Amino acid sequence: MLHDIRAFFAERGVLEVETPALSQAANTDPAIESFPVDNAGGPLRYLHTSPEYPMKRLLAAGSGDIYQIARVWRQGESGTRHNPEFNLLEWYRVGFSYQQLIQEVDELLTSLFSSLPGALQKKSKIISYQQLFLEKFGFNPHTVNHADLAAAIDQHISGLDVNGLTDQAMLDALLTHCIEPQFDNKRLTFVIDYPADQSALAALKVNEEIKEKKEDKKDKKDKENNKGHLVAQRFEVYLGPLELGNGYQEETDYARNQQILARENRTRMQVVLHDQHDDQQQAKQAKMPEDQYFLAAIKAGLPRCAGVAIGLDRLLMLIANKKTLSQLINFSWDKA
Amino acid sequence: MASYSTNEFKSGLKFMMDGDPYTIVENEFVKPGKGQAFNRVKIRNLKTGRVIDKTWKSGESVEAADVMEVDMEYLYEDGEFWYFMEPDTYEQHAADKNAVTDVIKWLKPQEKYIVTLWNGAPLSISPPNFVELKITECDPGVRGDTAQGATKPATVETGAQIKVPLFVEEGEVVKIDTRSGEYLSRA
Repeated sequence: MLHDIRAFFAERGVLEVETPALSQAANTDPAIESFPVDNAGGPLRYLHTSPEYPMKRLLAAGSGDIYQIARVWRQGESGTRHNPEFNLLEWYRVGFSYQQLIQEVDELLTSLFSSLPGALQKKSKIISYQQLFLEKFGFNPHTVNHADLAAAIDQHISGLDVNGLTDQAMLDALLTHCIEPQFDNKRLTFVIDYPADQSALAALKVNEEIKEKKEDKKDKKDKENNKGHLVAQRFEVYLGPLELGNGYQEETDYARNQQILARENRTRMQVVLHDQHDDQQQAKQAKMPEDQYFLAAIKAGLPRCAGVAIGLDRLLMLIANKKTLSQLINFSWDKA
Repeated sequence: MASYSTNEFKSGLKFMMDGDPYTIVENEFVKPGKGQAFNRVKIRNLKTGRVIDKTWKSGESVEAADVMEVDMEYLYEDGEFWYFMEPDTYEQHAADKNAVTDVIKWLKPQEKYIVTLWNGAPLSISPPNFVELKITECDPGVRGDTAQGATKPATVETGAQIKVPLFVEEGEVVKIDTRSGEYLSRA
């Protein structure tokens, strides 16, 4: 599989690169936990959770199209389809829109899965986050209110306490529990245009999606609410219900990148303050060092580009026809 | 009291919820590409045996339950309690009707059982997978008919009703699978 991936990129003139795994900075994403590592008494180093920051430094330095096959680490992500240590294929295409990148991901996965009988019998489907929720629950995820979300959870997910869940966490629960499991096994599904506060480092755009339903009073109101709503230019790719990768139209604006990292750190601290009864000390510890080299590179100028990261262990699990990662990985997390 | 984070969830873990002890039957970690991770868990109430679905936000924790499984010997019953003894310490534990309901038809003095203790008190009793019990009542045996799988009802010394092959006689000791309640062989 690695050979096929390298051949795929060689043919397209995308350069293979390496970047450090142990960084002075950590991922600020509130939903991803970096592993801290002791550093001979100096400040902690962190194992990277993806090579995104340093790869963007290369892009800003004028590398052109690049890819990397990297071992990455994420704390606490352990399950039948998660292993805290895993392999990521991440690549960036200069000048690409995320729609063009979706096309390229489709081509790569189609070629890698060519030996899988029946896996890709149907043409890939591209569907917006908004459409998924409209079809399954009948509400617009960008405008739905707290009470309606809580009611949907009550009705569809047994035994989940909505207390302490943000609206976004409730959407995440509905997506993972009710929507993803129903994705068609015979094709790739690309979900696009996520809520703006799930942007990570993706660029935003104004939501242009207009509901094509009968214009009753409620719909009209929805449409107005929806007008001018920002969504993240982001996609996730699935084969059946299994999520394989996550792509972005990369945000190139320095101020916004800086704001995103700061906002993510604020969210991290708020979560701890909420869970740990206002323990300021612990909240401070939840704050991760932001990657200043990365921000400096963005300030110097990141070219317009789109990037995506794909979990290789999951790909191989599908290709090898295994049900769990532990059947695939030589020594999975609990035996490592 | 100790607690377990969802990171430590695995099958067999015992914890407290709403005042009842539970055990984890199955744990699955789910997470969207970006966003909140959850642990989707099937759990069994150790008091009622009921299995339910439950979802936790990853990173939350549950209170550990003081639940232990101990091998004990069944001694006797006095109409209100059933008494079990730890063979090493001779410590005796009285189990009430609720704890023994499922196992009562397999209880035989001096046999070993697995007693689940919650806060030191018997919560439930599991029989060994196989027991050897004497037939106390059944129709007379029929010679020659050893195949074909024809059966007749029989009662064993603990009061359980089982089906045995036609050739088995009253007074014989037979081996029984307690999970299915089926006759396996003559002992």
